[in-house]
Amino acid sequence: MAGLHKSEFKNPVVNWIDTRMPVFTMMNKEYAVFPTPKNFNYFWNFGALATVTLMVMIATGIFLAMNYTPDSTMAFDSVERIMRDVNYGWLLRYAHANGASMFFIVVYIHIFRGLYYGSYKTPRELLWMIGVVILLLMMATAFMGYVLPWGQMSFWGATVITNLFSAFPLVGNAIVTWLWGGFAVGDPTLHRFFSLHYLLPFVLVGVVFFHVIALHITGSNNPLGIDVKSPQDTLPFHPYYTIKDSVGLCVFFMVWALFVFFAPNFFGDPDNYIPANPLQTPSEIVPEWYFLPYYAILRSVPNKLGGVCMMFGSILVLFVLPWLDTSPVRSAKFRPIYRGLFWVHVLACIALGFVGAHRPEGLWVVLGRVATTYYFLHFLVLLPIIGKLERPLPLPESISRPVVPRGGGPLPGGATAKPMEKP
Amino acid sequence: MRAAAAPLAAALFAAPLAVLLAAAPARAQEQEKLPHPGWSFDGPFGTFDRAAAQRGFQVYLEVCANCHSLKEAYYRNLDGIGLSEAQIKAIAASVSVPTIGDDGQPAERPALPSDHFRSPYPNEKAARAALNGALPPDLSVIVKAREGGPDYVYGVLTGYADPPAGMKMGDGMNYNKAFPGHQIAMPQPLHDDQVTYADGTKATIDQEAHDVVTFLTYIANPEMETRKRTGVKIMIFLALLTGVTYAVKRKVWSDVH
Repeated sequence: MAGLHKSEFKNPVVNWIDTRMPVFTMMNKEYAVFPTPKNFNYFWNFGALATVTLMVMIATGIFLAMNYTPDSTMAFDSVERIMRDVNYGWLLRYAHANGASMFFIVVYIHIFRGLYYGSYKTPRELLWMIGVVILLLMMATAFMGYVLPWGQMSFWGATVITNLFSAFPLVGNAIVTWLWGGFAVGDPTLHRFFSLHYLLPFVLVGVVFFHVIALHITGSNNPLGIDVKSPQDTLPFHPYYTIKDSVGLCVFFMVWALFVFFAPNFFGDPDNYIPANPLQTPSEIVPEWYFLPYYAILRSVPNKLGGVCMMFGSILVLFVLPWLDTSPVRSAKFRPIYRGLFWVHVLACIALGFVGAHRPEGLWVVLGRVATTYYFLHFLVLLPIIGKLERPLPLPESISRPVVPRGGGPLPGGATAKPMEKP
Repeated sequence: MRAAAAPLAAALFAAPLAVLLAAAPARAQEQEKLPHPGWSFDGPFGTFDRAAAQRGFQVYLEVCANCHSLKEAYYRNLDGIGLSEAQIKAIAASVSVPTIGDDGQPAERPALPSDHFRSPYPNEKAARAALNGALPPDLSVIVKAREGGPDYVYGVLTGYADPPAGMKMGDGMNYNKAFPGHQIAMPQPLHDDQVTYADGTKATIDQEAHDVVTFLTYIANPEMETRKRTGVKIMIFLALLTGVTYAVKRKVWSDVH
């Protein structure tokens, strides 16, 4: 016999299923008793928040797709129909549209948390790389979703972004024609973008699944960046982190609801309430806020192909980050020089966001170039060098003893190791 | 840990908002400061002033509708500005809309509350042919489709003036303080006493503009009152849920050291 699973569940129905297909055992192992470092701060909420956001986006998206028409003559009106005629259509659409911004806020915080606490370092390199794939898929999905309402920014944003591929020599124009399904952004483009916008979130779910598998092999990183040494360092995921994630989730939903119900068009561009018009270019074509830093990098390079390569490079460099950072110490808490550079890097990314929102004139060009240079300098030059030069602070013995004793004094009460009573 | 986490949190939360706030003035710079007359629909508890919206509907019908369509809206939407079913039926019936007759030929019939507002021109070409090549934009979502929203529409309607000395105006163009570039094809649509209000309100330009903007904001956001009411309930619910969840979290974690 290939071997029935020896299930420990008491409920006879659950036991019967679990014996033949041990999903209950798996869920119990991965989400209930899963040993998790006990010292997470609230930044470790954001993975769960992103997962929930993805689920909400898929749920609202499925219902929106039931009422949306991906035809260039009808798309704009069908969105207005959703807003006016579909029961709670406005709620679906505003939750979905603002959800895109919420998703990026959450994922960007998740990424910067990884950068600060060194979550990309061995043995979590693959986990990190799968995460970068998730970011790329999200960007593609968000971009195509923004095209669907077929407003002016949809149309011209699609035109600008797809035209980036024309920068590649020889094959560039052929690629663009192939992407468009014609010689300009038009009806075939809208149809295929809708199809892909529906497909990619499910691909995302698959890749998120891999992300979680990889996470559950290596185990989570933690704010100290040191390995789990003993069971004393961990807590079972449930109830400790299910409840902690729930707190974050409630607060996150409040932020999301604030926009959906009271400022639903805050993140949107008014031009997208003007139906797409191929004969009239808007005075300014601005991407959604979450693409502004990349847009700034693109425009900071005087050469089109160079700009496109740098823009894609700004994400691709993240794939090799685990090997660019030469320091064996994970958490920035113990890396005085890296900690400073991390904040400079955050500033550079925010500056790029500002630059992307402004016309490339005067000081904005200079700032864009300085920030772009720092962005790449940070990853390609500074991280490899300071990993070798920096003297990290002494690491704590273990998560249960997070304080490094100085001068042999007694440990603070909270830091004494206490055997875990709750399994 | 906490000390390190706090600035990280602040910066990461603030970043996207800061970028947006930076983007807004960048685009608004070219325009003059828009007037903000104060709206009944402002704020989280704002509602539409029914009387103003009804007067605004009259302005739309008697002035705007001569050139501008309102094609995403239905006659039945007028219930949201406080008109009764009978009134809406009568308003719709006074308009005839294109249909196909029993003989298969194009014909006209009285509109029903379920019909879209009738557009003044059958298509874009007809509008341009009649209006010196200009196309009056559809007004269904105009308030959402312009930077500045209601203030901008109000600003355009009240922003007509003589061009400053030395400014060369295009053929048939009109000077407007709020319009980007200050040259607008639409001649000044509102004048004092352009309409006669049934409720005795004095029909100044400002009053007419204020009323029609209230109406158009309703047409662009017919869900707004429901949305804000639902939002208040949801925020209260989520605040309570957050409190309870946090209390449970404290309890669960109380044995962890």
